[in-house]
Amino acid sequence: MSVNATDHGDSISPELMKKVKPAKWEEKPLVLNKRNFHWVTEKICGIVEQKTPTWWWWCFITAMGIASFTGLGLVYLVSTGVGVWGNSNPVNWGWAIVNFVFWIGIGHAGTLISAILCLLKQKWRTSINRASEAMTVFAVMCAGIFPLFHVGRVWFAWWLFPLPNSNAIWPQFRSPLEWDVFAVSTYFTVSILFWYMGMIPDLAVIRDRAKETWRKYFYGFLAMGWRNANNHWRNFEMAYLLLAGLSTPLVLSVHTIVSFDFAVANLPGWHTTIFPPYFVAGAIFSGFGMVLTLLLPLRAIFRLHDLITEKHIDNMCKIILATGSMVGYAYAMEFFIAWYGANSYEGFAFINRAFGNYWWAYWIMISCNVICPQLFWFKGIKNNIPLVWIISIFVNVGMWFERFVIANTTLSRDFLPSSWGYYSPTVVDIFTFFGTFGFFSVLFLLFLRFLPLMPMAEVKSVMPAADPHGGKH
Amino acid sequence: MDIKYGLAATFNSAKEIYDAAGKVREEGYKEWECYTPIPVHGLDAQMGVGRSKVPCFTLLGGITGFCTGMLIVWFMNAYDYPLIVGGKPYFSPIYPFPVFYELTILFAAFGTLFGMFFLNRLPRHNHPVFEHPSFGRTGDDKYMIVIEIEDPKFDDEETKDFLKSVGGKSITMIREPIDS
Repeated sequence: MSVNATDHGDSISPELMKKVKPAKWEEKPLVLNKRNFHWVTEKICGIVEQKTPTWWWWCFITAMGIASFTGLGLVYLVSTGVGVWGNSNPVNWGWAIVNFVFWIGIGHAGTLISAILCLLKQKWRTSINRASEAMTVFAVMCAGIFPLFHVGRVWFAWWLFPLPNSNAIWPQFRSPLEWDVFAVSTYFTVSILFWYMGMIPDLAVIRDRAKETWRKYFYGFLAMGWRNANNHWRNFEMAYLLLAGLSTPLVLSVHTIVSFDFAVANLPGWHTTIFPPYFVAGAIFSGFGMVLTLLLPLRAIFRLHDLITEKHIDNMCKIILATGSMVGYAYAMEFFIAWYGANSYEGFAFINRAFGNYWWAYWIMISCNVICPQLFWFKGIKNNIPLVWIISIFVNVGMWFERFVIANTTLSRDFLPSSWGYYSPTVVDIFTFFGTFGFFSVLFLLFLRFLPLMPMAEVKSVMPAADPHGGKH
Repeated sequence: MDIKYGLAATFNSAKEIYDAAGKVREEGYKEWECYTPIPVHGLDAQMGVGRSKVPCFTLLGGITGFCTGMLIVWFMNAYDYPLIVGGKPYFSPIYPFPVFYELTILFAAFGTLFGMFFLNRLPRHNHPVFEHPSFGRTGDDKYMIVIEIEDPKFDDEETKDFLKSVGGKSITMIREPIDS
């Protein structure tokens, strides 16, 4: 579809337009090869309706195997005690907080795509938003495991919620950790609501095509009797817009509150006002890394090249570049303020970060988060899909190390040199974290198998055929 | 046994149903509905329906959430079991900001979803339009207008001719099976 810049201007001041000679603006279509609505339906429903492919079973079994590491790790932890993790004084948080923040951060890109890009009317979001929202929900599930088991006696974890218990004592709302409980559980619930509501029209399509009885019941139940009526769409669109509007402040608040876990503490390296925006930018950065890591293989396996086009990948690379630069700027600014603030403890914390006992983690972080995304300035790299995929993995690695650096360098070198220590994870730590990737993959594979991978109605809405005026506004 | 529900006419494009919907409204029909695979831009105005009422439910949910958040913090930390922590006040609208902020959003989101369900009268797993042989295509690439026999202006022949005149194809009477 080519839009001529003179289309609107001509009628207003033709004389001026002749003088200015505006350039033609070529807008790349969001669905390539002039596909029609029926093709989109067949493509997306086909993924759910086809016979389970062999690769899916192999991946599923492997993922289950990996997930069992988390299962075994947690069983061992619960039956023995939190001491099986490497946490010790002064590093009491260890990998648990690192993994928690890592997974929560990954979730943020899904909400950014489904909510913020929706409010900004970025039409290219349509083909990637469903899978990203699924990623959000599953990532938050992985994140929840760590604080849940870190409390020690996991059977008392419900004390985190404001429920009456036999001690007649309530949660203490002045603690950022309690704010986190509200932020994360709200985030999880609202993400599921948003994800599910967006899926209803697509579930109805699968229901109406279903031949097997179990399919009719399963999708029929989930579709809630949706009938594609204009009245339904009218309320649905309003509800979708409102949920997008609610999710936007929500997603910004979640990582802000996660950063409060650190920033409200009086420790050098943590007690800084830059944390909320810097954490949010980092979260979106890592989330987009994960979106690319997941979607590029999917695009190849399901041949979705007409729906997830090079334009989509290019846009995602640009967001990674932008947020990666923000993160880099934040690293630099932290150092500047540590020097400018002239607080010797703060100054030490930062020198220690870069050149102290965890110098290697710091430089892995810098190379993955600051240097790597800068490669996306080059068109040749953005268009090279395997290279984009590899960089996306570096982004994920880098962001895990960022949280490791923040949490551990500060804790292992606190105010009293007598309590200084060197934290290393145990095998149980490593296995439990490794297993969450399997847990995440199991959930994601089930999503691919049983739920529509893309919002069909939304993808159709951005195609030229959706325009009731035939391209003339 | 079955009873008549309404006359259905299909259309092939968003433009066709957009134009046709305007004509159905001008003709004075009241009990009718468009079935479309996508939310067609501007169809609400063509059908003469107003803005959705979902925001009322969102607001209601949001206010409930805000008050709940404030109330639990005050009740738990200042009234039922006051605890001194870090020299901070028992209750203040400032420090538990994240709590009621999140609860406002949570309840507003539930209000939005359930408001949408309520206004759409869902869940409803049976509906006469599901009896139309090609109803499933309205989720794919076909558009459909159904004029119900409840409509005061409805007349088997006249309505059929009218639907044909606005460009409707394969005009079918939808019949709702009933147990007798």
